Amino acid sequence: MALDIVSKYRSGLIAVFLIVFQSGAWGLPQVYQKPSDFLRSSFGEIPPTRGISLTQSQQSRVRSILGKNYHQKVIRYWASNERCAFILEAVGKTELITTGYVIDQGKIESVKVLVYRESHGSEVARSFFTHQFRGRSLGSDNRLDQQPRNIAGATLSVRALTKMARLALYLETLR
Amino acid sequence: MSFSSIFLALGGIVACSLPVKSQDLLVVPGAEQADELDSSFLNPQSPKQPGLFDRLGIGSYGELHLNQGDKNEIDFHRLVLFLNYRYTDRIRFVSELELEHALSGDGKPGELELEQAYLEFAFDHGWVLRAGQYLLPLGILNEVHEPETFYGVERNGIETQIIPTTWWEAGLLVSKETESGLGFDFGIHSGLSIATNGSQAFNIRSGRQKVAKADASNYAASARIRYNALAGLSLTAFANFQEDVTPSSVEQNTATLLGASALYQRGGLQLRALVADWKIRGSAFQVSGSDHQSGFYFEPSYRWYRGDRSVGIFARIGAYDFYKGQMQQADEISLGVNFWPHENIVVKADYTEVKFQGSQDHQTYNFGIGYSF
Repeated sequence: MALDIVSKYRSGLIAVFLIVFQSGAWGLPQVYQKPSDFLRSSFGEIPPTRGISLTQSQQSRVRSILGKNYHQKVIRYWASNERCAFILEAVGKTELITTGYVIDQGKIESVKVLVYRESHGSEVARSFFTHQFRGRSLGSDNRLDQQPRNIAGATLSVRALTKMARLALYLETLR
Repeated sequence: MSFSSIFLALGGIVACSLPVKSQDLLVVPGAEQADELDSSFLNPQSPKQPGLFDRLGIGSYGELHLNQGDKNEIDFHRLVLFLNYRYTDRIRFVSELELEHALSGDGKPGELELEQAYLEFAFDHGWVLRAGQYLLPLGILNEVHEPETFYGVERNGIETQIIPTTWWEAGLLVSKETESGLGFDFGIHSGLSIATNGSQAFNIRSGRQKVAKADASNYAASARIRYNALAGLSLTAFANFQEDVTPSSVEQNTATLLGASALYQRGGLQLRALVADWKIRGSAFQVSGSDHQSGFYFEPSYRWYRGDRSVGIFARIGAYDFYKGQMQQADEISLGVNFWPHENIVVKADYTEVKFQGSQDHQTYNFGIGYSF
């Protein structure tokens, strides 16, 4: 009986291998939406690219939000009237997560994970998670006025998205 | 070269070399802007071949414990070093080396252990394959147990005696996450070798072979289903099957572990619950009463945040039946506080009482400090 079960598992595993290897080219990173499509869907068209260059005091505020400097000196953004969008990158566990944030007058309007490169924790790209950021703003202590709920097994990716949300809200005040 | 790409190139030069004031225009909109934009995020610019340090990842966690009460002891319980290497975006090596109880060697209290060492291959559609030695996907703490991720100085008794955390085996593990928030893991691997006589007889925890010249005459398998589709809620159901947990005895003893866990978080409130249940077949286990070993716990907690610091309180009640010398029924209560001066550093204090039926209670005050990076 025990051997039956093992051989059943074996054939299941073989089936899994077949599916995996026949799925064609390996596909990381996972692109959920192209940055250009994100901007088109947020603004109707792609607004001109602008950049924020951080002063030293602004850089130290960024450090207090991220725990380190942002990896680019000039941070790009796209704006139309009061609304603006940032496409930010932060490491989850070992890989960069590329995420788009639309900010409207100090509040997050939408969050969209564009490129996910980690092998685990991709639940953060799901709308049930990203919807939690809607309407959030930045408190005086650099934290969101309401914390998003954690996802077990995806804690580091949740943290990365939360830190980028705080950064996007701060950057919006600089433009 | 079109005008827009010239603008983009100029924008890049300006961005890299000159201080740019807020609102400076980097690029004007144009037909090719979309492609340039996408490629700047999809193919992060790497002018040179990534070097060793771009591919290498290191990390660590550790915890120092002070126990006062029935035992008075200070112990650097564990120090762990991670070393990862990324061959490509899809293939990486992960390893974890642990020094337990500070001092290892003959007759010394500690052990130097290889906790994980595997190659991981990521495929299309969320499929991931691990090959090597890995942590089994069973329970809450077995895979994720950095000290700042759980309450209480010492790990709970259920995830010590019933799920013998930290439990690793060697073999293959296939994982998949779906778009709907459902995920699963399935692995075939080496298994336990439980003694049927001597001081460690029928004790599940003592059956871990730690992949150290381990008996491989039998297979074991683990499976887990994860449900993460609702904000704040994580549910898992998991199982482990062993063809024979007593390879050194004549009788074949198949064993099955079934369990489930639930985590719910809303604001600072978190609820954790776990249940795990072993059924082991065969007359030796039946006669000793160790054929059924199981337990559960429930842990409500609340955490307050202030800036980067936070503090949380918790209570945990649990019960578990396990075999150590004889069948033992334990009730466990733990109350305590965690303080995080930084999200990856924790200071802990708790009071834990374990009542063994028919014998003395064990009461300890525990203090701990832990970190990870």
